Amino acid sequence: MSGGTAAHVLEEIFRREAGRVLATLIRLLGDFDLAEEAQQEAFAVAVEQWPSHGTPANPRAWLISTGRNKAIDRIRRDIVFRTKISGEISAAESNLDAAPDAADEEVFGDDRLRLIFTCCHPALSEEAQIALTLREVCGLSTQAVARAFLISEETMAQRLVRAKKKIRDAGIPYETPEPSVLEQRIEGVLAVVYGVFTEGYAATVGVRLIDVELCEEAIRLGRLLDTLLPDHAGVMGLLALMLLHDARRESRTSDTGDLVLLENQDRSQWNRSEISEGLLLVDRSLSIRGQVSSYAVQAAIAALHVRAQESSSTDWPQIVGLYEVLLRLQPTPVIELNHAVAVSMVDGPGRALDLIDSLAARGRVTQYHLLHAARGRLLQKLGRINEAREAYSAALSTTMLEPEQRFLAARIAAIQGICEAPVSG
Amino acid sequence: MNYLLLIYANEAEMMRIGETALKKMTGEYMDFTKSIVQAGNFKAGDRLKPVSSASTVRVRNGKTTITDGPFAETREQLGGYYLIEAKNLDEATAIAARIPGAQTGSIEVRPVWPPMT
Repeated sequence: MSGGTAAHVLEEIFRREAGRVLATLIRLLGDFDLAEEAQQEAFAVAVEQWPSHGTPANPRAWLISTGRNKAIDRIRRDIVFRTKISGEISAAESNLDAAPDAADEEVFGDDRLRLIFTCCHPALSEEAQIALTLREVCGLSTQAVARAFLISEETMAQRLVRAKKKIRDAGIPYETPEPSVLEQRIEGVLAVVYGVFTEGYAATVGVRLIDVELCEEAIRLGRLLDTLLPDHAGVMGLLALMLLHDARRESRTSDTGDLVLLENQDRSQWNRSEISEGLLLVDRSLSIRGQVSSYAVQAAIAALHVRAQESSSTDWPQIVGLYEVLLRLQPTPVIELNHAVAVSMVDGPGRALDLIDSLAARGRVTQYHLLHAARGRLLQKLGRINEAREAYSAALSTTMLEPEQRFLAARIAAIQGICEAPVSG
Repeated sequence: MNYLLLIYANEAEMMRIGETALKKMTGEYMDFTKSIVQAGNFKAGDRLKPVSSASTVRVRNGKTTITDGPFAETREQLGGYYLIEAKNLDEATAIAARIPGAQTGSIEVRPVWPPMT
């Protein structure tokens, strides 16, 4: 085997096993930092030994036992300095017997699920949950997580340190929650995964509209959850929603990074395999009795969009109906706004404008740029050009994302054109 | 691990709840306390007199000052506590959720450092 191929094989194994190895080491060692160091050391030994000794028959079990032994060595060394941690070493050693020696998928799956529930524990702040999940479950480097949130690596490292300290100090368990709170905790996990996806799908600040890496990690997490918690309406609904949105990724921006509206997107660019997988999952999720997930309803709306051969054949009345279902499950301003936009396609811009104005009158969303942008479009359709321009300007002043700013500026410029052009016909 | 469960409630509202409601709440607290004693989680627990009875002590440059207060400026005041032993945060928060005061006020769950040796 050539050196290049061997390195490639190693990289492939590390990529595949990193999450599982870390999750199991955290359970065996009872400490995030210790487990991370142990994992790194095990990988380092593998890089050294596997090319000459050959890859072990069960690389995962080898990496776990090597990592665990390294950690025990480390704890032993520490005892020289600290005499009070004999409990730790005996715990690690007694877990030694509990360590699975074969590739028992169920045990590894359980460990990964434990890790997800720990990282998404509601006692951690929302931003800490997302950061920890990307770092510990997805295995992204601290630098990559920091980049995704546009903060310095140092700040992100501190955030992760504080989160891990809270886990230790507060006694956040490394366990799958009790059945009585399991559903509620799964909802929390789904919110984290969706948070990762939405930040990737429509970044809130910066130069790029879509952060592909975050979208892909979120979908990977969704698939992992679907394996670990099979036939869960919420998990399938969320995975479907992400796939159906992601399927349109290519067509959502132009070659120059500008925003392309749904009705103008090139539908031939949509990812067919993601669409068919997503459509199947929506149906499966909605067919589970007694569990209507709001993610599945949103996915069903996305499904109606991607099912339309062309923009003009979109089934808007059914979309309005689904938004009404969604509003009963989750009466949020953002959903109200989307409902209003759908209503404009069925009942015309006048009625939709009334809905949006009533939403705005209740406050809370006046800083939300999409509300102003939607108002602008409706006013423009109604021929109320000056008001439309004001609405677009309000939208422009509240978005921090460059492609959106360019899009809105273009809209305003187009209106100026209409105003300044001589009146004809 | 030991956790201190600090029970916060709006004192002014508590003063106004009336005899029947007070009796009901006292009964609920007795039942709750009994249940955590039986389960082996209970270490200590007390109800505190109102904030108006509180004094604050500070020592600065060797000089002790005692003042009235703290004043009940915040919406919720510390009204009682339980010290419990729980295997982890999930058990502690599950117990905290069963404190009758959690229905109207809020419970702060604080892990306790093991004693220094």
